[in-house]
Amino acid sequence: MQNVTKVFSNGTLALKDMSLDVRPGEFISLLGPSGCGKSTALRIIAGLGDASSGSIDWPSSKINAKGLPEGDVGFVFQEPTLMPWSTVFGNVHLPLKLRGVSKSAARQKVMEGLESVGLADFADAYPRELSGGMKMRVSIARAIVTRPKLLLMDEPFAALDEITRQKLNDDVLKLWEQFGVTVIFVTHSVYESAYLSNRIVVMRARPGQVYADLEVVQPRVRDGAYRTSESYRAICQTVSDTLQGAIHSAES
Amino acid sequence: MAEVTATPSEKGTDAAVAVLRPRVSINEKILRIVIPILALATGIALWQWAIVANEVPRYILPSPVDAATALYTDWGTLWPALVVTLRITFMALALALIGGVTLAIILVQSRWIELTLYPFAVILQVTPMIAVAPLLLIYAPDTQTALLICAFIVAFFPILSNMVQGLKSVDHNLLNLFELYGARSWQALLFLKIPASMPYFMAGLRIGGGLSLIAAVVAEFAAGSAGQGSGLAFRLLESQYRLNLPRLFAALILLCCTGIAIFALTSFISWLTLHRWHESAIRREN
Repeated sequence: MQNVTKVFSNGTLALKDMSLDVRPGEFISLLGPSGCGKSTALRIIAGLGDASSGSIDWPSSKINAKGLPEGDVGFVFQEPTLMPWSTVFGNVHLPLKLRGVSKSAARQKVMEGLESVGLADFADAYPRELSGGMKMRVSIARAIVTRPKLLLMDEPFAALDEITRQKLNDDVLKLWEQFGVTVIFVTHSVYESAYLSNRIVVMRARPGQVYADLEVVQPRVRDGAYRTSESYRAICQTVSDTLQGAIHSAES
Repeated sequence: MAEVTATPSEKGTDAAVAVLRPRVSINEKILRIVIPILALATGIALWQWAIVANEVPRYILPSPVDAATALYTDWGTLWPALVVTLRITFMALALALIGGVTLAIILVQSRWIELTLYPFAVILQVTPMIAVAPLLLIYAPDTQTALLICAFIVAFFPILSNMVQGLKSVDHNLLNLFELYGARSWQALLFLKIPASMPYFMAGLRIGGGLSLIAAVVAEFAAGSAGQGSGLAFRLLESQYRLNLPRLFAALILLCCTGIAIFALTSFISWLTLHRWHESAIRREN
């Protein structure tokens, strides 16, 4: 689907000759130690900050002025990044509003988005009335309300507790299946990446590069039982070893 | 202070968070109104008692009753003066709001515009307004306009600087989000920067509202306007020259009430805008 090649430098060399092919329908985790440029890579894919050299190729025909495919990308930030003065509905409506879709015309799509994250009852609540996990779900609903082909997630659950995190991991998987969206998921958690993805790209630091590209065979149904299964443990083991390798290669 | 009640079905669930409402008992509500009024009334009564007991003459310190009587008998003089002061105050505030917000929006558009206009803004702000008043009196077509300009300059800066600060304090991630969805610059301004700067704007409004009244009075002192169409400040000076202290106190009471009314109005507007989402307007409960 995409053929991404980019070199990046802004004084510090964040990414060096990083290449990544993303195929449609994949769930890719970008895994690596902190400072390896995984968030930078994600932001460049999203068009936030340009690559100093190299390019991103999109298969889509409709490319907007910034070189991004029109409305094909959703982004979930590390923090929920909601507008506190707006209701949950208003926040999810935002991407459509910026395209000129009125509130009444967008109502159905917004409510579908909220329902898919289980927050339909909270449409009129304000962000400050929600818990951390609920805010994050609003953020996810906002990212999928435009029905993007590509969903970029930048350590979205890093600040959440383990229980909420597992619940949201399941939710993201469900959305991935439901909408057939391609996901690039940045994380520093081996267990999260091993649970979610069918492809794990391990990155190394200084300079930020792809260290290993692992295909993961996952069962269709993943649940609590899978989290304790031997096959899951084996995947974690492989990923963990690869990550150790990436960290050592950066040190040497 | 506030009791939090929840129906059993909601207790302990996430859903409960959104529906809980603090409940203030009726007694506490009454006390909250009664105690300040009682304190104020006691203060006035003490003042009256001290005057009567010590037989202080009215031309040195009038009693509250004297001031109230003057307020009633001199109403024909004081009311037109109050209207003049109010008109200057609110026109100055309105102009300051329009000017301050507009200029703030222009300033944040480009670093170059900001750098160019900044020295002028600082010079105008740090120069004591009262020192500019004589100059304004020469240039302005009439005294009223000069007073208006004075009051405007004073109220303008807190609104401008707060608004600039607010427009610059937008969450960077939200800016990124708007950029990601291809928001045009007017959309980012209207849907993101202006709402985000509301708490700052409201602070500027509250300061500017109080300052515009002060400036309207001080400018009139400096202008020394007289006769028809003069405001409360002139009536204050006039009463002072004539040692008509009851009327001076009556004029002071009017100014004080105006100040309170402006404060209450701006605070109410601020509460109305922010109470649903901003921390400053939300009761803290732990």
